[in-house]
Amino acid sequence: MTALSIATFVLPWEFSPTVFLTCALTALVYLAGQRALVRRGTAPGIWRALAFFLGLGLMYAMLQTHFDYLAQHMFWIHRLQHLVLHHVAPILLVLAAPAAVMREGIPIGLRTQLRGSLSRLPRLKRVLLLVQHPILAAALFVGLIYFWLTPSIHFTAMLDANRYRVMNWSMALDGILFWWLMLTPRAAQGAAAVGYGTRIVILCIAALLQILIGAYIALHKSELFDVYAICGRAWTLDPLLDQQLGGLLTWIPAAMMSGIGVLIVLRLLLRESARSVPAAALRGVAR
Amino acid sequence: MLAHAQPVHLLVFLIGVLLAGSSVGLTGCAPHEPPYALHDISGLMPQLAFNLTDQDGRVVNARDYRGDVVLLYFGYTHCPDACPTTLAELTQAMRRLGAASSSVRVLFVSVDPQRDTAAVMKSYVGFFGQQFVGLRGDDASLSALAKRYRVAYHREPPEPDGSYAVDHSSAIFIFDRTGRVRLIGGSGNTPEQIAKDLRRLLSESA
Repeated sequence: MTALSIATFVLPWEFSPTVFLTCALTALVYLAGQRALVRRGTAPGIWRALAFFLGLGLMYAMLQTHFDYLAQHMFWIHRLQHLVLHHVAPILLVLAAPAAVMREGIPIGLRTQLRGSLSRLPRLKRVLLLVQHPILAAALFVGLIYFWLTPSIHFTAMLDANRYRVMNWSMALDGILFWWLMLTPRAAQGAAAVGYGTRIVILCIAALLQILIGAYIALHKSELFDVYAICGRAWTLDPLLDQQLGGLLTWIPAAMMSGIGVLIVLRLLLRESARSVPAAALRGVAR
Repeated sequence: MLAHAQPVHLLVFLIGVLLAGSSVGLTGCAPHEPPYALHDISGLMPQLAFNLTDQDGRVVNARDYRGDVVLLYFGYTHCPDACPTTLAELTQAMRRLGAASSSVRVLFVSVDPQRDTAAVMKSYVGFFGQQFVGLRGDDASLSALAKRYRVAYHREPPEPDGSYAVDHSSAIFIFDRTGRVRLIGGSGNTPEQIAKDLRRLLSESA
């Protein structure tokens, strides 16, 4: 590949200052925090930093490289983009548990100021608690997939640059909210804590509903999303094959993410019960 | 976590979400006017703007066509099927409009400017009618216009004889007399539907 073609692929198709600044600021704060923790000798394992940067890098690559052009002009690439924005990248970010590291990356003065202004916004906290109610969070997670895949809505989202941006932001942000609720240890969830059994039920229902819509799209005999034919595809591909591939991506890997989610929840459950059993046994002895 | 929140609030919120979701698809439709036969995309795409060269070699931009209802279509003169079919259907739509079609411009933008010289474009659009304008430009101005209207085109690998096909969009973007985007049509629309919708746009003042 020539330098020019590499540049065309790496540079954004449509530059977004918001995405660029959000990603850059997040990375910088994390790096600063990591440095502070390394100096103190209390930095978490390197795999967490790796998961964090892989997740953040994937989000950025989905939105700010030539990949976004392909996603605008090929249905199955669009589904791949949402698989990463809504599942893969958020899972990596949540598993990295970056909050503790990032807090260290914010200058002390600003940190207390932030904490102060957040505590003055009880309504924000209430709204967050509401959308993090397990039933609502699950409805939002699956609902967004169904919403943006409604053919008439999908049509306008692919034509209107603003709706397109809202669509991708909503998938990324909701992905982080949902997987945080599903995969973070209960003790670290504060007021939003959800039981592990509930999480497994939610993950199974989410998988089932994604299998339903994915299979519906993959097995549909006619074109559901004509916007790609109207606006032209990135390369020549049979419209129904494009639709089948996109449906399969919505169906199998997306549902598999729920499977991975259940395994992680089971591991959290086992770890916590392993920790609590000796404690209970000790209490029993003391009595 | 939500043990303290009142279930009524949750219910109201849920109903709100459902209502918001179901109404999004309906926005953009005026309450009393019948819908257009083509897709109404008012406000979804930017105002018409470009810098290209017409079939007579004149440098033109969108302001030159202000006051007319403008149809924008991407294609190329070597196109074996889609372009001639679409343009012929547009010719039929113009015939249905009669004299009113003098206020309509069909901008045929070449996605193959290498082969589509001004002379080639002139004889090609002349074949379809007075209202047809052939536009071409360098790679940068062509891709800027394609990006603005979110359309894709790409050259296929050449045949042994050196000829090649260009895969492109099928969209017909329709702008009103003020240059605002209003409708999007495609190969699925008949000349009758297009003429009917154009008549409505022509009846609006500039």
